[in-house]
Formats: sequence, structure tokens, C-alpha cells
Amino acid sequence: MKFGTEIVLLSLFAFAALVAAGFGVDEPFRQHMWVLFFAVAGFTAILLRNTEFKPAVPIDPAAFMDGPIRYGAVATVFWGVVGMLVGVVIALQLAYPDLSVEPWFNFGRLRPLHTSGVVFAFGGNALLCTSLYVVQRTCRARLFGGNLAWFVFWGYQLFIVMAATGYLLGITESREYAEPEWYVDLWLTMVWVAYLVLFLGTILKRREPHIYVANWFYLSFIVTIAMLHVINNLSMPVSFVGSKSYSAFSGVQDALTQWWYGHNAVGFFLTAGFLGMMYYFVPKQANRPVYSYRLSIIHFWALIFLYIWAGPHHLHYTALPDWAQTLGMAFSIMLWMPSWGGMINGLMTLSGAWDKLRTDPIIRMMVMAIAFYGMSTFEGPMMSIKAVNSLSHYTDWTIGHVHSGALGWVGMISFGAIYFMVPKLWNRERLYSLRLVNWHFWLATLGIVVYAAVMWVSGVMQGLMWREYDEQGFLVFSFAETVAAMHLYYIMRAIGGAMYLSGALIMAWNVTMTILGYQREEKPMPRPIAAVRPARSGARKWA
Amino acid sequence: MGLMDKHAVIEKNATLLLVGSLLVVTIGGIVEIAPLFYLDNTIEKVEGMRPYSPLELAGRNIYVREGCYLCHSQMIRPFRDEVERYGHYSLAAESMYDHPFQWGSKRTGPDLARVGDRYSNGWHVQHLVYPRSVVPESIMPSYAFLKEMPIEVKDFSTHLIANSRVGVPYSDDMIASANADLMAQADPNIDTSGLEARYPKAKLGDFDGNPQQVSEMDALVAYLQMLGTLVDFKNYDEAAGYR
Repeated sequence: MKFGTEIVLLSLFAFAALVAAGFGVDEPFRQHMWVLFFAVAGFTAILLRNTEFKPAVPIDPAAFMDGPIRYGAVATVFWGVVGMLVGVVIALQLAYPDLSVEPWFNFGRLRPLHTSGVVFAFGGNALLCTSLYVVQRTCRARLFGGNLAWFVFWGYQLFIVMAATGYLLGITESREYAEPEWYVDLWLTMVWVAYLVLFLGTILKRREPHIYVANWFYLSFIVTIAMLHVINNLSMPVSFVGSKSYSAFSGVQDALTQWWYGHNAVGFFLTAGFLGMMYYFVPKQANRPVYSYRLSIIHFWALIFLYIWAGPHHLHYTALPDWAQTLGMAFSIMLWMPSWGGMINGLMTLSGAWDKLRTDPIIRMMVMAIAFYGMSTFEGPMMSIKAVNSLSHYTDWTIGHVHSGALGWVGMISFGAIYFMVPKLWNRERLYSLRLVNWHFWLATLGIVVYAAVMWVSGVMQGLMWREYDEQGFLVFSFAETVAAMHLYYIMRAIGGAMYLSGALIMAWNVTMTILGYQREEKPMPRPIAAVRPARSGARKWA
Repeated sequence: MGLMDKHAVIEKNATLLLVGSLLVVTIGGIVEIAPLFYLDNTIEKVEGMRPYSPLELAGRNIYVREGCYLCHSQMIRPFRDEVERYGHYSLAAESMYDHPFQWGSKRTGPDLARVGDRYSNGWHVQHLVYPRSVVPESIMPSYAFLKEMPIEVKDFSTHLIANSRVGVPYSDDMIASANADLMAQADPNIDTSGLEARYPKAKLGDFDGNPQQVSEMDALVAYLQMLGTLVDFKNYDEAAGYR
């Protein structure tokens, strides 16, 4: 019977959720378990409706397993739009505070929904589906473990739903970018270990002698995130049927553990994983080999070694001992070099294919992503210098920095990968529309420029206003005055974000139409110029 | 280049690649984080720190639940402007019982590390119900619903037990009287001598202006009013605490 075991296991899971909903010791936990029950029971019902009693069709062991990747591509686009929409909403809440609706839609509960939505739901699905796409093609092997890939995909979506609904119900550990409570963390650990087994198993099955460089990055990202997630989320639940837990560490140790995690969520989730994406999709789309093999070896090992040390720069001038702050700063500055090694390797892959920038909006998107990667990995080390950080810390400058990396690098490289994969995954000759990709490119780029520029100005202004003294030695501004000064910038930031979101909506339309099999009739993008034309005789001369 | 050629060994062996990268990424964390647990000077020697009273702990959980840390730091840096604006710079000792820490990373609103005793209970309640009625420039959301929500006290001692399991020195006496202490701290008509002996400097009284029930507003204001008030800086030795 098709899905026989799955249906039995899921029914038991749904029943367990129901029991937990009945015996939960606190109200948010009971509500959360009802959410879990309806999610799992609904999924069981779908499987029941699709079950068959015919013998299963034998699977071609040589063919790639692309089903979970197709779902992953759709999930990436969907969660991307959702996460960015929440971002625009909370940006507007800062400009117009009455848009906060207590208790579920207050800024404090929506903000983790935005950050987790874009980092883990959008970025995570992008990593999941591209890594499974890349590993099969570079290893010439079908995914390991049969339906394991489906478990990883749906298990991860369940994690997203539980995390997101938990935030709205007020279930949080308050660890930035690791907010879900202990039971959701345990579930993610299971899914993540399955992901590691799936990815590593596929590499072990490979029919290529060498493991391709993209897979080094993906593998180190998966294994490091496992380590970070488990250690950072060590906590003591109040009850096994309750939502609340107390973290295992306290105060200064807790702070550094959290930012060791937090900075490497950036370093491994948002950087190493997406570098893996770059190392496959940029050479493919440009049809050029990776620029330097040696550079990729050096910057891979240097990047993963150095990144892990950079956490303390989030705690400059705090109660963290000075030696740890200085160590974190020194390694953060060193990190500039391997980061730019990756940027150079990505950009120079276009050697000999630079003309494609004019004709191929997907390449344009990827190049813009790498450019933003270079820019934000310069800005990061600069902000980790203690003197700079004394001004930038606690201000919107940090938010601007994060967004130039997240929107510029992570977003753009994912969009490029989605545009590359979707026609191939659904066997379409081409995308619905290249011109719409171009629209997406410009809306996204201008959106980032508006957003980042506004946040630089407002962040620096905020930092300077806080420390402004008059000639008699009094602080010039009350805190409330510095809040009032931000109003216009908050509006402009929301506009920048809305531009970026509208680009993502265009992508959603374009991808949907491609999947449905339509091709837009449109003027083709400029073709490459066949040869350099000789100057016409009698052409105008510049005297 | 010889070394580069040897890299092919790792490229052909997935296990080696996995173990190698895992080893490389563990080093930084071990060197930076592990010493914080055993170096004596990581946490300054101060007088006055004690575990949170049950009502304060309940208030702190609401602070966490509502994501207050996303806009308010609790970490004053040792700069002239911050010390003048907020008070003495924060010590590691002041968050030694904080599971989890609430230092924050962003100041959309002001730092709260020493907000205790700065405003009246009535101001806090009014500010939480409608922030712009007391600070016109404020962009904080309203938390009026906290006044209507009775605090869940079914078995608050379990919260103290969980904390003691991760190292907070709650005594058996504290755990046994957790539920009673939780209610007593917000009740102006009850003998609180036991509570005061267990939790010196605890703020007492009806915080939210409604003596009929102990609400989440009571708990949150009780927490806010004790923030940064425990350590007596008259007795603090700056030089000995320098790290």
C-alpha cells in the first residue's frame, strides 16, 4: 500500500499532539499543540486521499529524484514573499506604531516571524532545494535513502509552521534567530540530522571521483549548523507538556554562546551555504569554469575556520571580558580576506563572458549578488572594529548592514538559482519571461539601495545624536527626540522594502507561469553582438 | 604546489571532508567560550545579587514573551553618554542569574538595564497601556491586554525548580513558598516578611492599580521596577572588577 507506514506514523503523531493539547500546563502550549494537531492531521488526510493499493511503479535508480526539489523551489518563492511581506509590515509599524495589533501582531512578536521567515523559511528552502539539486548533478547519483528527502522537506516545513505560529502565540526563547522553544528545536534537530544523512549519503554514492567544491560548502554548512543549533539551544524545560524552558547558560556565557551561534547563522547558513549555490549556478549560467581551483581550496578552509571566532564582535563594550572582545575583533577583520577570496572567485568566473551581463538578466542578478557579498563582507569587518562599533552598535546601521547582505547577497543569488532551476525542473524550454526577470532585477537592486542608504544615514545619525554634547557638557537630545528624528527614515526604509517585495512578487508570477507552461510573447532581450563592426567610412570624427 | 595536490585526498573522501571541516569549526568556540566558564574574573564580585522573586520571574517571562529585547537593550556600555543617560555601566554579575540573558542588540527604545525606581508604578502602567499618552514621540506598541490577563500560577514552583537545575541558587524554602510569594508580592494587605527575607529589596504592593487580581501587568511592572537596583555600587570596587 502506498504511504501505508507514513499514514500510521502520522496518525500516531497527530494523536500525540492531541494528547499534548489536552494535558498541556500552559495556555500557549495547548494552543500550539492544536496547531500541530491540525497540521499533521490535515497532512494525513491528504496522504489518505492519495493512497493506492496497486503495486508501486519501480523507480529508475539512475534517474535524479527531483520531486522534493520542485516542491522546495515553490516553497522558496512562497516563503520568500511571506517573509518579505512581514518585513514590510513591521517596517511600517515602526513608522506608524498604531499598526501594531496586540497581542498577536505587535512588533515584538512579528519581528522574529520576519527574521525566521526570510532566513530559515526562504533561505532554508533555497538551500535545501539547491543543495539536493546540485549534489545529484555533481555526483551523478540519485538522492540517498528513498523517501528520506520527502521527510526532510515536509519535516522542515512543519518546523517553519511551528516556529511561526509559536512566535505569534508568544512562545520564544528570546535567542535571536534561534527563538523556537525546546520541543520545536528537538524536531528541527531530527530533521537536520536526516538532512545530513541524505546529503552525505548521496555524496558517498557518487560516480565522480572528486567531490565538487559546491558540495564542500553545503556539507560544512549542514554539519556546522547542527553543532551550533544543538549547543545554543541547550535548555531546561519547565514541564514536558509546557512551552517554557530556561536556557542552560546564564548572563555572559549565555550571551557569547548565543552570538557564537548568531554570527555563524550568518557565516554558515547565509554565507557558506549560499557560496555553495554560487559555485554551481554561476559557472552553469555563465557557461564558464570556476576561476581558480586553488583559491577555492584556500578560501574554503580559511572561511570556515575564521568565521566561528567572530561572534564576540556582537558584544563589544558589553560585560563580556575584554580579551574575548579583542579576539573576536581580530578574527572578524581577518575574515575579510577569505570572504573576498570567494567574491573574486565568483566574479572572475565571468572572465570571457562579461558580455552576458548585457544580455542575460539572470547573470546580472548573480553578479549583483556577488557584488553585494563583497560589499557587506567589507562592511562587516569594518563594523567589528571596536571604535566603529561604539557608534554603530544598537543603531539601525546594523540593520542596514544585515539587509545589504540578506537582500543583496542571499536574496539575489537565490533568485538567480530559482530562475536557473525552474525551467529545467519542469522541463520547460525557457522561463515565462526574461523581461520580467529584468524588472525583478531593477526593482530589487533599487530597493536595496534605498533601504541600505537610508539605514546608514539614520543609523549614523542615531548614534551621533545619542552621544551629542553641548558646550556646557550636557547631553543635547533626550532619547524620545532621537526616536522622533527617525520617522522619515522609517518611511523611506519601508518604501525600499516594498520595492524589493514587489520584485519578489514579479518572480512569483514569472515562476508560476513557467511551471504552468506558458511563454510570454515579448521583444527578446538584446542579442549578443556578433562581431565588432568596423567604423563606417565617413563616420563622424571627433576633432 | 605540493600541499595543494594533497588536497585531492580530502576531495575524494567524504568522511575526511566531514570530519575535517567539523574539527576546523569547533576550535574558535572552544577557545573563546569555554574559558568563560572557569576563569574566575569573568564575573565580578558584587554584593546584593539574588535570584528573581517569583513575581519578578513571571514578569521577566512576559518581557521575553513579548519580544521586548528586540527594541530595548539591558546592557549599558562604559561610555560617558551612556552612563549619564542610563546609570552605572552594566556588570556581568548583574545578569548572572539571567536564563536567558536579555542584553539585546538594538535600541529602538532606550536601555532598560537600570529602569527600576526611575518612574512610578502608575507611569509604567499608563505607558504600557498607551505609550504615546506619556511619551508622545514613542513608537512602542500598546500592551493594554496585560492588565486583563490574570497570571498563571498553577504551579509556579516548577519554574523555580527548572532554574535551580541550571544553577540558580533557589533554596528549598523559596521553592516551597513560590506560589504564595508570587501572590503576596502584589498584595498590599498581606504579611510579606517572609518574602522580604527571601528576596531582599523586592518591590511590594499592587502594581497595576487593580487589587482584585494579580495580572500580567503586575508581574511585568514588578520586574521593570527591580531592574538594575540590586547591586549597591557604593561598595563596588571598580579596580578589582576590571578585566
